[in-house]
Amino acid sequence: VVEGLALLDLGVSPYSGAIFHETPLIIYLFHFLIEYAELVFMITDVLTAVALYLAIQDFNKVVFKKQKLLIELDKYAPDVAELIRTPMEMHYIPLKVALFYLLNPYTVMSCVAKSTCTINNTVIAFFILATIKGSAFLSAVFLALATYQSLYPLTLFAPALLYLLQRQFIPVKLKSKSFWLYTMQYAALYLCSLVVIICLSFFLLNSWDFIPSVYGFILSVPDLTPNIGLFWYFFAEMFEHFSLFFVCVFQINVFFYTIPLAVKLKEHPVFFMFVQIAIISIFKSYPTVGDIALYMAFLPVWSHLYRFLRNIFILSCVLIVCSLLFPVLWHLWIYAGSANSNFYYAITLTFNIGQILLVSDYFYAFLRREYYLTHGLYLTREDGTEAMLVLK
Amino acid sequence: VDKAWKELSNILSGIFCASLNFIDSTNTVTPTASFKPLGLTNGTDHRLLRYAVLPREIVCTENLTPWKKLLPCGSKAGLAVLLKAERLFHSSYHSQAVHIRPICRDASCLAVSWELRQTLTVVFETFSSGQGKKDWSLFKMFSRTLTEACPLASQSKIYVDVSAKDKEKELLEVTPSPTAVHEAIVQGEKRTYAVYDLLSPSLFNTSRSLNVQLKWKRPQDSLELSVPVLHAQRYVSGYGLQTGEISTLIYNTHPYRAFPVILLETVPWYLRLYVHTLTIITKGKENKPSYIHYQPAQDRRRPHLLEMLIQLPANSVTKITIQFERALLKWTEYTPDPNHGFYVSPSVLSALVPSVIAMKDADMEQSPLFTTLFPSSDGSSYFVRLYTEPLLVNLPTPDFSMPYNVICLTCTVVAVCYGSFYNLLTRTFHVEEPTRGGLAKRLANIIRKFRGVPPL
Repeated sequence: VVEGLALLDLGVSPYSGAIFHETPLIIYLFHFLIEYAELVFMITDVLTAVALYLAIQDFNKVVFKKQKLLIELDKYAPDVAELIRTPMEMHYIPLKVALFYLLNPYTVMSCVAKSTCTINNTVIAFFILATIKGSAFLSAVFLALATYQSLYPLTLFAPALLYLLQRQFIPVKLKSKSFWLYTMQYAALYLCSLVVIICLSFFLLNSWDFIPSVYGFILSVPDLTPNIGLFWYFFAEMFEHFSLFFVCVFQINVFFYTIPLAVKLKEHPVFFMFVQIAIISIFKSYPTVGDIALYMAFLPVWSHLYRFLRNIFILSCVLIVCSLLFPVLWHLWIYAGSANSNFYYAITLTFNIGQILLVSDYFYAFLRREYYLTHGLYLTREDGTEAMLVLK
Repeated sequence: VDKAWKELSNILSGIFCASLNFIDSTNTVTPTASFKPLGLTNGTDHRLLRYAVLPREIVCTENLTPWKKLLPCGSKAGLAVLLKAERLFHSSYHSQAVHIRPICRDASCLAVSWELRQTLTVVFETFSSGQGKKDWSLFKMFSRTLTEACPLASQSKIYVDVSAKDKEKELLEVTPSPTAVHEAIVQGEKRTYAVYDLLSPSLFNTSRSLNVQLKWKRPQDSLELSVPVLHAQRYVSGYGLQTGEISTLIYNTHPYRAFPVILLETVPWYLRLYVHTLTIITKGKENKPSYIHYQPAQDRRRPHLLEMLIQLPANSVTKITIQFERALLKWTEYTPDPNHGFYVSPSVLSALVPSVIAMKDADMEQSPLFTTLFPSSDGSSYFVRLYTEPLLVNLPTPDFSMPYNVICLTCTVVAVCYGSFYNLLTRTFHVEEPTRGGLAKRLANIIRKFRGVPPL
């Protein structure tokens, strides 16, 4: 960002080079705030935590209401008393969420490094707050801002839509007219705000240069600086012939889980949002630890799933060990020269597998709990012996 | 213009057997102020100008041979007889150049013709090979002597610098005696040249061959070379393979005059310059350039171009530093020996250096060749173009033996995600039906019955 500002001062378009890839609104924001940069980043982190706190507070109320409704409707099996969530246990969850975000070492690292990822996180947190509060307009505006900054939050359109429909008690049926009406309204709000923001950026810098620099850069991955993701080494070692094909495959991979997840999780849009944010942070073209901090902040919300998680100990060990090994192997490769790029790449692979398995573990536990809620906790077979559950 | 540039570089590469065809958009820049076209020109639109450097290529015998072929007599007669490859490349410094510019055909300037000027610069080190004495002769340097001048040449001269520092004429002696003595002010100093005119018939009267020799009368106790008024050096600092800093030091040793200098730096795209870290410090204080033109690089398309006009105060050292970050390239973009490093082309300093001694207007008609070697625009300053050293920078390398493995491993990770999500999305929970067990289970049950252990 500082480089972009220096180029702007020299009279050269910041996007004529290949160093600067942030959006024009960020340039103008930092034009005024560059002296107080540390303070700005601390404040954005605090804002994110506050937004998450308020959002989860409201979400807990919604969850409790829904649970009460389902109990009255007798949808739950008789012996699931231990799975029902009580207000007592849910009281401290919002505080835990805020603390999880603020005290996460990844968040602290992003703040110290003054990475613009924290601003991204703030916008997404406000988007979640607006969605859970039920305001379609604000939620569309924040989602447009988030998409404007990095392309991937586009996929969060689906969970937000599902949540707002649920809130308005509109059932999700393809033939229902009110469903399509609401969808069109929300999509129109979102697209209009996106167009307004893009045109505003055009008028700020008087050129469309920023579109290939920002979005073309995210989509075509030209810069191969090593990061914690999977893309960089893959494209550094790719045969020239296939690079376009694999770029397309990797980008489709991020967007592709939205529809199946929407079909499966249409009753639970907030969990869908969590899984979607996790998938974005793992598979985006330039991931940073700030993105990981955002979805990890949600983990206390699903703390009631703890008894169904299968591999949580191993996964937390893998994640902690990999985070510790990252800087060590980076130093060995770049500064000491005694290790290869393969060492760092291996840790990248392990770290990403750890994250993927963490998300899928939570997903498994969530689905399993739903099954137990509707079918009873102590399952017996026809002959009375204890039954096992498998996925078939 | 770019098409013509590409054609030109390819044609030159073919003519001179040099790898000039590697010049493409990744090392060509369009400087705005450093270069002006010589000779007759209509306009000075800098957008039509192209400048490229290939620091990795070296000059060798294959480049010398076609260069010699361009001379009118080739290497058969005249001064070019001396240019034999095995002696020329046995030297400390070797440089060949070809300059082409349009000039007036005659005094009335009605027609324009093209002037081709070829220069060859060689620095011999006779001190180490000449038994500790600094005497030299044409035979010792080139292992042959001149026999005749080129018949096609209108002028053929040898100039030997016999300037004496302490005005003692007996310090050195040249044999045979020169046909004339020429005095000129070159680069701010008064110098005397002994001239041998090969076309004058008196030169070859006494002997068939001409071997110019220079002998020092008295051994030199200490030789003080005069420090040039403007000189520069450049180096890379920093540790590790992630960041670094390019520093350029420019020295102005003139005792009382300050003058501006234009610095042109071309840095390849894979060293990403951060222009907000550019600092220019002179005598401990910051020096702001009066003109900056910066064009940032585009990945794989264009190098960085930085041009600055800096005022150098008298008797000072100016330090220009800029930090950069090293990029990771795709594995096919590395040279076959990637750990050798990548070259950064030299930066160009152009300046009008004020001379210590006032110069008279040189006589163009009498010695046109001499003045093209040492041109001066007016009496008080002369034009100097300096090139700094090229730099060698290491980039982080991926492991080149791993493309297949990397593709497999990364796709495995993606498939792990896809697989677990597919399972969770498309399958539902069912109570497990007890099965009768496959063959293995039945066999195990039979063995257990024999052992007396309860069956599975």
